Amino acid sequence: MSELSQSFLIALDLISGLDPDLVEIVQLSLQISLLAVALAALIGLPLGAAVAIYRFPGRAAVVVVLNAMMGLPPVVVGLVVYLLLSRAGPLGEYGLLYTPAAMAIAQCLLVTPIIAALTRQTVEDLYTEYREQLDSLGVRPYRAIFTLLRDGRYSLLTAVLAGFGRASAEVGAVIIVGGNINHVTRVMTTTIALETSKGNLALALGLGIVLLSIVILINGLSVLAQAIATRVEG
Amino acid sequence: MVNPHGAGKRDDCGKSDPDILPLEVDGLGYAVRDQWLLKDVSFTLGAGKRTCIVGPNGAGKSVLLRLCHGLLQPSAGSICWAAGSSRQQRRQQAMVFQNPVHLRRSARANVEFALSVQGLDRSAIRERTTRVLEATGLDGIASRPARVLSGGEQQRLALARAWALQPRVLFLDEPVVHLDPAATRMVEDLILRIDGSGAKIIMVSHDLGQVRRLADDVIFLHNGRLIEHSPVTRFLGDARSAQARAFVKGELLY
Repeated sequence: MSELSQSFLIALDLISGLDPDLVEIVQLSLQISLLAVALAALIGLPLGAAVAIYRFPGRAAVVVVLNAMMGLPPVVVGLVVYLLLSRAGPLGEYGLLYTPAAMAIAQCLLVTPIIAALTRQTVEDLYTEYREQLDSLGVRPYRAIFTLLRDGRYSLLTAVLAGFGRASAEVGAVIIVGGNINHVTRVMTTTIALETSKGNLALALGLGIVLLSIVILINGLSVLAQAIATRVEG
Repeated sequence: MVNPHGAGKRDDCGKSDPDILPLEVDGLGYAVRDQWLLKDVSFTLGAGKRTCIVGPNGAGKSVLLRLCHGLLQPSAGSICWAAGSSRQQRRQQAMVFQNPVHLRRSARANVEFALSVQGLDRSAIRERTTRVLEATGLDGIASRPARVLSGGEQQRLALARAWALQPRVLFLDEPVVHLDPAATRMVEDLILRIDGSGAKIIMVSHDLGQVRRLADDVIFLHNGRLIEHSPVTRFLGDARSAQARAFVKGELLY
């Protein structure tokens, strides 16, 4: 039997047997990424909608920067957060470095521009359709932000899930600020990197399968939600 | 005929506002990149009469309506309402578009949204919404999502939403252009009832049958110019201008 298929079988065993190490790592990963995405959505959704609706000098530059930041290199974000949180850094007193909180902060920084940029596009398209009607009703811009976010909720779900995909799959930032400490800051991606280099392919592959499954499941749910919403609400 | 707002009365927030009519438009022009879509248009519209803005495609009808409603800013000339601050003037206007835009929520919630923007309190919103939905025969579908209603129902909902605002002036931009004859009739009936409740109707149309049914006077536009402004019988029977006579006869205009 080849090494790949052998590792694959052991990986399936670990998953079906709910191996405690594996479960702990998956749980921590989900907790961190969900927290990061929740924070990023709280900032990114209104921010993106505001850029879509308000006209101000330098708006084009803001849009360009926002789009460019979708491709922020995770290691660079990790480095910046590391510098901010390290003992000598401006936020060092809180002692957050090498904690799950630090990892959530790093992921949040990576994901916020993604959610904001995708929201900006969605809301701007929606605003083109709604603008005259909203103007006619006398809706002011700050109110239009929330009206349009609400009306675009199903498309915006995709933006948030894209953010979650990015958060749960990235490794560069969380390994720098989390340190990959066993039972403390070890998440799926960092474990995969570590175990692969140690030659423990089964655990790495098992986590890889779980990671892929989560991403596929979540995107499937989003497609389903949108399909139902279009049928029911038009 | 049921008037959802009582016998011609205007309750609460609109009460203290001074009457914005008549509307005086003087030397109005609108240009996009040096091209004048509308030029040197002047007229006065008083209360009471239903006015139709008529003309071939590209005459500037919709642009004129949007300028009057304040959705576009004039490049030249002026639009003067008789009284009121700009806020009061806006509050007394409503508009129904060719393609109604409804929010992704129930029909009822769409009417309520428009009223909440005006700052009414919750019980007033609920009460007025119920009355207007009953008066427009939409109470049976009030809880359905607005965006899955038929085209005719959506346009009636747009009219109900506009009516709920108790406007002094109601602008309509070809409101029946995509509707079948039955739905057209319902919408036209509704327009007449809104007129009966005291709103001045200013409507764009290029359908002469509709103009005959609904208009008291006609503003005829051609190539961005006001060619004539006459009572409807005169416009349809014996228009002053050659262009208007040709338009009424169904000839092509150049």
